[in-house]
Amino acid sequence: MTGSVATRVLGVIGLAAAAVMAILALWVSPADAVQGDAVRLMYVHVPSIWVAYGGFVLTAFASARVLWRTRSGAGGTEGVIADRQARHWDRVAGTAAELGVMFTGLTLVTGSLWGKVTWGTYWQWDARLTTTVLLFVTYLGYLALRRLPAESRARARRSAVMALIAVVNLPIVHYSVDWWRTLHQEASLEIGIGGERNYSGEMYWTLLYSWATFTLIALWIGIHRYRVLRLEELAEEAALEELLSQRRSEPRQDEPVTDR
Amino acid sequence: MWREIWLICRKDLTVERRARVTLIQIVPTVLLILVVFAFAFDANPSLLGAGAGGLFWVAVLFGAVLGAKRSFDIEAEGGNLDALRLGGLSPAAILWGKAMALAVQMAAVAVFTAAGLVVLFSVAVTDWLLLVTAAVCGTAAFAICGCLYGAMTVGLRSADTLLPLLLIPVAAPVLLAGTRAFDVALGTSADQGWSWTALLAVVLITYVAVGWAAAGPLLEDA
Repeated sequence: MTGSVATRVLGVIGLAAAAVMAILALWVSPADAVQGDAVRLMYVHVPSIWVAYGGFVLTAFASARVLWRTRSGAGGTEGVIADRQARHWDRVAGTAAELGVMFTGLTLVTGSLWGKVTWGTYWQWDARLTTTVLLFVTYLGYLALRRLPAESRARARRSAVMALIAVVNLPIVHYSVDWWRTLHQEASLEIGIGGERNYSGEMYWTLLYSWATFTLIALWIGIHRYRVLRLEELAEEAALEELLSQRRSEPRQDEPVTDR
Repeated sequence: MWREIWLICRKDLTVERRARVTLIQIVPTVLLILVVFAFAFDANPSLLGAGAGGLFWVAVLFGAVLGAKRSFDIEAEGGNLDALRLGGLSPAAILWGKAMALAVQMAAVAVFTAAGLVVLFSVAVTDWLLLVTAAVCGTAAFAICGCLYGAMTVGLRSADTLLPLLLIPVAAPVLLAGTRAFDVALGTSADQGWSWTALLAVVLITYVAVGWAAAGPLLEDA
């Protein structure tokens, strides 16, 4: 119901890209001199958190758009357009946050498995791990706020404010490995032109390819999720309309009931 | 605008002066957290001394959660928030007035917590200026963030359970930077204390900016 030719093509490309990624990560890319084959977890772990970061940044951007489009009570056609755009950006924000939470969860699980192999334990009270969990819980709270029953405009604006506050945690998570003494290794790739890289050759390109694959898959899931949210809204509106028409067809209390 | 902010701030402080909720309920709860932590760490003085900075901020954060909830509870009853807005007060003035009042109350909580640490955990301050600057920035950040989330959840049926879930993780940057700055001020770490205080100030400015942008949307829909 949410599929189209474009999304089916995107899905097939994503699946093929994931298969190629598995070959690159498991066979083409070499084992690490210190960590051995455990380093292959990096091709899932690192792209997951990059996609999650992207999701949270998109949530903040879409939330800013929601606040911008609902800033004034414009009436008439302009108001209808603004409301429609605000709803669109609200759905984008919700979708991106759900993707962010999903990929952060994947990062935590793969990180935990990687930790068991390299550190000997599933969990360490390490700066990067702890701040990532806080980020995860922050956005779980955001999703909980979105699910509370409320008038759609009020809910969208309330959630938008929270998304803008929550995004402050992102740089804290990313730079935690530089700011604190930590077991976690430094960032795999520095952000920005001319940034340092901790990997080279096949490892570097496999990592970049994995990131592109994860982005593609996230995009595919995101488009479907967005459409599901849109359908949910339409279903809610239809149900409300149905209830209203039922109520209107009921005889009024002050109207005498006559036998026909 | 400033007159309106001061009006709301004075109103909230007057309510607090009469009800004394901060003094009678929040401060004892925060002190209780210090005592309970001492039990949890088996009253190990060296361990408690090393973690005193973090403990201060955890205690004040829980105080801020209670304070923010209380600050908007008094408005939710009887539709006070609507009355304030119908009275011609701007949403920004209401939010900043409440944030100022909460900051004053949280400052009191912070002073009692610090005194509790000195008495119970025998901590010694090595850099007062750093300690006070970090405490002011962090407490103000908690107050603003608390008010934003208080306004976000006011009137919701699940506000009691939702507010801590929303506020505690979002306030984590303040908790982390504040703890580092306090560790230096209390002489338990040789880190860059002022860098952490600068981070606290950046977070505070961010909350202020979001607060200015969000006051209208939050309180118009509350």
